[in-house]
Amino acid sequence: MITFEGVTKRYGDGTVAVDNLSLQVPTGAITVFVGPSGCGKTTSLRMINRMIDATEGRILLDDKDIRQIDPPTLRRGIGYVIQQAGLFPHRKIVDNVATVPYLLGWDKKKARARAMELLERVGLDTKLAGRYPFQLSGGQQQRVGVARALAADPPVLLMDEPFSAVDPVVRTSLQDELLRLQSELHKTIVFVTHDIDEAIKLGDTVAVLRVGGHLAQIADPSTLLAEPADDFVEGFLGKDRGIRRLSFVPAGGVAVRAERDVPGWSVVLDGDDRPLGWRAGGSTGPTDTQAAGKDGLLPFGTFDLEKDSLRAALDAALLAPSGCAIAVDGDGRFAGVVTREALDEALLRASGAAGPTGAGSHG
Amino acid sequence: MNWLIDFFGNPANWSGPGGIPARLLEHVEFSLVALILSMIIAIPLGLLIGHTGRGAVLVVVTANAARALPTLGLVVLIVLLVGVGTTWPVLIPLVALAIPPILVNTYEGIRGVDEDLRDAAYGMGLRGGQVLMKVLVPVALPLILLGLRVAAIQVVATATVAAYVGLGGLGRYIIDGLATKDFPSTIGGAVLVAVLALIVQLAFSLLQRVMVSPGVSRRAAKAR
Ligand SMILES: Nc1ncnc2c1ncn2[C@@H]1O[C@H](COP(=O)(O)OP(=O)(O)O)[C@@H](O)[C@H]1O
Ligand SMILES: [Mg+2]
Repeated sequence: MITFEGVTKRYGDGTVAVDNLSLQVPTGAITVFVGPSGCGKTTSLRMINRMIDATEGRILLDDKDIRQIDPPTLRRGIGYVIQQAGLFPHRKIVDNVATVPYLLGWDKKKARARAMELLERVGLDTKLAGRYPFQLSGGQQQRVGVARALAADPPVLLMDEPFSAVDPVVRTSLQDELLRLQSELHKTIVFVTHDIDEAIKLGDTVAVLRVGGHLAQIADPSTLLAEPADDFVEGFLGKDRGIRRLSFVPAGGVAVRAERDVPGWSVVLDGDDRPLGWRAGGSTGPTDTQAAGKDGLLPFGTFDLEKDSLRAALDAALLAPSGCAIAVDGDGRFAGVVTREALDEALLRASGAAGPTGAGSHG
Repeated sequence: MNWLIDFFGNPANWSGPGGIPARLLEHVEFSLVALILSMIIAIPLGLLIGHTGRGAVLVVVTANAARALPTLGLVVLIVLLVGVGTTWPVLIPLVALAIPPILVNTYEGIRGVDEDLRDAAYGMGLRGGQVLMKVLVPVALPLILLGLRVAAIQVVATATVAAYVGLGGLGRYIIDGLATKDFPSTIGGAVLVAVLALIVQLAFSLLQRVMVSPGVSRRAAKAR
């Protein structure tokens, strides 16, 4: 656990970048610092590994005041990933990853073996190990940056807008990769971003900062979306909070009818039980055959009953002319249909859950 | 052309204390000693100032002052001070000539390393000295070598002044040739100096290839 106790940072020119910040970063989870540019996110993060020293207050790392630890020693025990990756251009990828193990005096063979293992872990081809940073794409460099931060297996990882400089497609895959890694490694991660969607996607806890380094709210993403503490947080969260919050409600609770027919429509499956589409049928079905494909099937949406959220279920329903969502299992096989009534019930329950009981916000 | 044949074709020019091999050796010796002395002074200074950011003014002042120094004037001045018979009257001006390019390029090379890279190095837990030696120097090496090359070529070309104060080196052919109107000798000497400068240039290109990481020079190393 990392604890900020009344931490203030005043720069030489008088700028107060962080003002009396108190919060706790729980062990083994991702805590995101999010807020507009210049609000003090980077400053807060860099005070943890003493790249910047606090002017007032204390930061505790597992109950130990970090000022008692000599900065290079402290930093070798904390992974650090920055936006531009900051790889050493003169070193091969494998040696970049092994930087901290080398510093810690591991023998070269062991350090390199560890580096190779990590390259695989972050989803990189180990053939890249012998290349130099300039021969890698931005996304690949960022993965190397993550591998390097993890090389000595530090319990804490600090990430400062690590995915901001790559294109949206690569960014999404890097985010997914981080979540996958975290599900295996359970590091204590502090992640800085100005992108609220990224914060909500990655954070177990999200700390929203406002300019001047004031903590506006700290909560889990679902609570944040349901109950923004003030107008600033609400404005920063942006539109569609209700819909976005549904991403955190598992679809598993929705009532599924294990049959292919609903009034006026039925689901057509292939030989493997995978949905092919909706076929109009019965007295209430539309007669417009133009909209139908050449085999008479109409579009459909599916959601994974075990993994997806209520948002995905709702989306699946909106995609189909029948207004019903098709539930599938982990292999994409038909599991049943969810009617509008069933969705309605689940949505009602979800908004109930967003009530006062869901509060976890910081005072 | 005939003059060159006269000079290089004369067997007398190839042996003895006044022969080409001996003069060449003297010339290389002055140049090498001067270059090494200036490296010993300018490289650590450039690294230190570049790394700490303190004393940058010193770089600018030294560079400008030294550039304005008339080399020949300095030679004469030092002869007046220490007398003939030692090599100092030649070495000191050559060192003064070589320091600015080495100092300025070393300083600029270290200063110019991307701030994010420096930051990442500290963030990984490298100590100040490690950041300098393991990251900044390898990345700044092309510029540092460039400074050395410029200095070396200037020194080789200027070491001819040794002849003015009765010392050896290739300058003898030029100075003595002028004095005795022996033009083949003057031209031959000039050609030898030019060839030596060319060799220095080549040597540094080679050094660059060997010392600078392909990751820095961006020579496309073959992916394995
Ligand atoms: N070295 C510095 N000296 C003076 N002011 C700084 C320095 N670094 C950051 N600041 C100021 O502190 C505030 C917070 O900066 P920063 O922590 O980088 O914000 P963020 O990462 O949220 O964009 C900004 O107003 C910024 O201009
Ligand atoms: Mg920042």
